Amino acid sequence: MTETSNLMEVRNVSKAFGEDWEREQVVENLSLNIKRNQLTAIVGPSGCGKSTVVNLLAGFESPDSGQILLEGETVSGPSKDRLVVFQETALMPWLNTYQNVTFGPKLRGDMSARELKIAADRIIDTVGLREFKDKYPLQLSGGMQRRAELARALINQPLVMIMDEPFRGLDAMTRQLMQEFYLRLCEEEERTNVFVTSELEEAIILADSLVVLSNRPTTVREVVQIDLPRPRNLDMLSSPEAYDYKRHAMEMLHEEALKSFSGTESGSEFLKSYTQHA
Amino acid sequence: MAQAVVKTGKQKSKIVKLFFDLTFWRGVVAIIVFLVLWEIGAQAKNWFGFMVPFVGKVAPPTDVMVRWVEVAGWPGYWESWYLSTGRVFLGFIAAQVVGIPFGLAMAVNKYFRGMFFPPFEILRPIPPLAWVPASIIFWPTTELSIMFVTFLGAFYTIVINVLGGARSIDIQYLRAAQSMGASQWDLFYKIILPGTLPSIFVGAAVGMGITWEVVLAGEMISGGGQQGGGGLGFFIWSSYMGGVMDQVIVGMISIGLAGYISSSLIRYVGHACMPWRRMF
Repeated sequence: MTETSNLMEVRNVSKAFGEDWEREQVVENLSLNIKRNQLTAIVGPSGCGKSTVVNLLAGFESPDSGQILLEGETVSGPSKDRLVVFQETALMPWLNTYQNVTFGPKLRGDMSARELKIAADRIIDTVGLREFKDKYPLQLSGGMQRRAELARALINQPLVMIMDEPFRGLDAMTRQLMQEFYLRLCEEEERTNVFVTSELEEAIILADSLVVLSNRPTTVREVVQIDLPRPRNLDMLSSPEAYDYKRHAMEMLHEEALKSFSGTESGSEFLKSYTQHA
Repeated sequence: MAQAVVKTGKQKSKIVKLFFDLTFWRGVVAIIVFLVLWEIGAQAKNWFGFMVPFVGKVAPPTDVMVRWVEVAGWPGYWESWYLSTGRVFLGFIAAQVVGIPFGLAMAVNKYFRGMFFPPFEILRPIPPLAWVPASIIFWPTTELSIMFVTFLGAFYTIVINVLGGARSIDIQYLRAAQSMGASQWDLFYKIILPGTLPSIFVGAAVGMGITWEVVLAGEMISGGGQQGGGGLGFFIWSSYMGGVMDQVIVGMISIGLAGYISSSLIRYVGHACMPWRRMF
């Protein structure tokens, strides 16, 4: 974690969806920096447009205005430099673990067969799926599927790994194991990660910097530097520092989340009683 | 290595496995119970003064069996099998060869879909049998016109399934592949095609059933096509005309068996092509 130059820069990006007469601004004037070899966690109230931010970073969508730069060059379209690990796994059901992991390099043909086999075996070992190389995704448990998907992304050696709520839908136990596993993975090798989540605790324990998004239209509410020592573990969540981060971010998130209620009268009343209560 | 040895040691032959398979025996018992009820009903003709519905009016299975043994000696019967099967498979394969690329093209290209989907949807509700008179005029031989009707029977189902299957592929597969550097061709060949395979086989299974229905009706209407044996449909029709009811039933069961064998074949091929779906 020595180098802290910007690997990716998002500059005043706006994005709207829909036809002219009912155009909805989803992202407005969003700017953020993704530092090299750091983990940037992005949290926001649910429905705020986090997935749109992911799609913009990955290049699946292009911004209406503003710029997204990777190493100073404008991003246009998806590329293996910015790989996404999706919410629900996007492992191809018709390929087994090994075939899924080798999908990218095989497609591009940028590794020799021998290199590819060594790299794939190493990475499958890292995620602990050696015994499950020949299994199809449907034969794997939820946690294994996520690990296979991680391996499939890692083998492409992307400059940035974009994780879009990768552990959503896992049971609490598996989720915790995956968080620990992912923490180890990030700390062992230097990588640039963007981790989008709606779980604040997950974001705090993983992140070097925490980006809190506003309600729709999405923009950056605040960037919090998380200075918990590394290597980290999940127990640190009960430390006073982590608690302070959590409370601070929670306040912002609450405010943002409640904005979606304030449109109606009953909503504003709810808001009032809720804030009094808190 | 040791594990592999244990595994092969445990493996039993398919026939032995079938013998211990409860599902298999349930099927056998069900068929036997059905035959026994049919036999009793057909022999008794009426119970308590009432005519037994359906089976009271037809020949009992024992008569049918006797007739079947007799019929099995006729070359014409086997020729009927051969002719119907040939028509079904040629029509079916033609429908696959034309239908799969047509469905895929509609799925991936919006211009192609815009042009061909409306006429396709207008033609689709026309039952294949309504095409019989027209196709007799279209095609030089009766044989070809029966095959054409058979083709139509399977074609629509195949196209609809391929189109629906290809268009319901999760966009995340496409995005994942795209971000790993897939070209348009890669997306088609490595994502859309394998992703559509299950729907292709659903379409094939349904289409195969329709093909058997259509070919028999086609044979009945057109009078069998050739001078000799005219296929199983014609076999049933001529037996009915001759008033040989047990022979009609022989024909009906023959069709049932033929359909069962064809759909088993499709299931088998489907399992072989889609190992990832075999596991559950």
